[in-house]
Amino acid sequence: MSIDVSAIREEFPILAREIYGKPLVYLDSAASAQKPQAVIEAMTHAMEYSYANVHRGLHLLSNEATTAFEDARATVATFLNAASPDEIVFTSGGTDAINLVSYALGVDEIREGDEIILSLMEHHSNIVPWHLLRERKGAVLKWLDVTDDGEIDLDVYRSLFTPRTKLVAISHMSNVLGAPTPAKALTQIAHEYGAKILFDGCQAAVHGKIDVRDIGCDFYAVTGHKLYGPTGIGVLYGRMDVLKTLPPYRGGGEMIDTVTTDTVTYNDPPHRFEAGTPPIVEAIGLGAALLWLSAKGIDAVAAHETALRTHATEELRKLNFVRIYGQSAEKAPIIAFAVDGAHPHDVSAILDRQGVALRAGHHCAQPLMKRLGVTATARASLALYNTHDDVEALIKALHKTHEMLS
Amino acid sequence: MPAFEDIKNDFAFLEDWEDRYKYLIDLGRSLEPYPEELRNDAHKVRGCASQVWLATEKTGDGDDSVITLKGDSDAHIVKGLIAVLIALYSGRSPQAIADTDAEAALAPLDLSDHLTPQRSNGLASMVRAIRAIAEESVNA
Repeated sequence: MSIDVSAIREEFPILAREIYGKPLVYLDSAASAQKPQAVIEAMTHAMEYSYANVHRGLHLLSNEATTAFEDARATVATFLNAASPDEIVFTSGGTDAINLVSYALGVDEIREGDEIILSLMEHHSNIVPWHLLRERKGAVLKWLDVTDDGEIDLDVYRSLFTPRTKLVAISHMSNVLGAPTPAKALTQIAHEYGAKILFDGCQAAVHGKIDVRDIGCDFYAVTGHKLYGPTGIGVLYGRMDVLKTLPPYRGGGEMIDTVTTDTVTYNDPPHRFEAGTPPIVEAIGLGAALLWLSAKGIDAVAAHETALRTHATEELRKLNFVRIYGQSAEKAPIIAFAVDGAHPHDVSAILDRQGVALRAGHHCAQPLMKRLGVTATARASLALYNTHDDVEALIKALHKTHEMLS
Repeated sequence: MPAFEDIKNDFAFLEDWEDRYKYLIDLGRSLEPYPEELRNDAHKVRGCASQVWLATEKTGDGDDSVITLKGDSDAHIVKGLIAVLIALYSGRSPQAIADTDAEAALAPLDLSDHLTPQRSNGLASMVRAIRAIAEESVNA
């Protein structure tokens, strides 16, 4: 099965926009993906026709909204191949999902001197929550180096474990280098040493099939807005035996069993971690996005994206003024690069005027920038709605950029 | 380095974005070299996504005092924006700097894209930094 990209583009109203009179070439999907009509309609329908608060009411609208919300949870469970929808905690995003784990493990499990292993290519959202635990609890952060291509040496990884290692928090795919990490092997080694493992799957979940049961991980964090869904919604997958041991993250409605003036007992997962009214419409939107993406066929999507990445890489390599960061053969269409003699912000500003939207900056990965010896890079990230014409437009615009700056 | 009025007149003749950007890039290249000893954290302007350094020197006293600005960035377009700000502000009295409405002065240059506070290139941060120095001097 292959995908019909021009039909898919029709499903994204925003792709018809012009930028400074030029057709939009959107190459910033790793920062946030555009939304298909199916998502927009699911959210609009929820608000126009079937909206009320969830779980609490006994009236028809509340029942409908609750059903739609819980159906979305089941859709996420299927998408990640979790054992049960109860292993899916809705959060406000990937960052929130990781902060939940950091907070909950910090209540009792991670103590002074306990060690957390992180890789040098983590996004700040998978670094700063652990720095908070370092500050709050005296946890020790241990850093796993990566190759220039974002690959991991499992022997080096193994050498970082000690009896004090409590957790590995690592990306399943770098948001800069685009290389997937060997999730299953990383998990097996962590578990050999009795440590838990959390994956930041915010990028990986967009570009290929995720099977948390096959990986065997304890936690897997995903955000909605990179997966063609809305902002304000994310997911923490936690294996049920692990979730059951975690204390609550925030207090409020919905997460309790009983409350008296003197005592409180907590609800079971996942509701224990969902205090207050959840992002109902956003969860429904995420469910719609995952159904939509799954219907395209995740393998077909990956094949299209690989073709785009191969094309873009070949064309960029022909430009003697461009340097690509990360050359893993398995990488997703996330391509960080530098243009000789130009700051990435110059590149982005000049490309913008030509209708090409991409990211320039440190990509919330300052330790990786330091590791690569740069302060910033440009990054073109492609998605299933991008075309080979988009790649050509990028190359043409880069020629002009180079010409203007030299 | 041309005077601010000359820059304004030049911009009036530049019709498309490409010529404006090229002009800005050339302006940045015409800046006198930034002193290496001032390329440090104390002179770094926060709130800019690229690296921006700004140094001021005050000469003279009271009503005769004058603030001289020097600046640099690792990004070409931002360096051009610094050159525009230096043309606008440098060599003027603290009171004159404090009285200058950068947004109004820069309006004819059609740089409004760059002036919104949210823009990460930090022109607004640079204007704030320069004004803060001038106001401190006025109030001293």
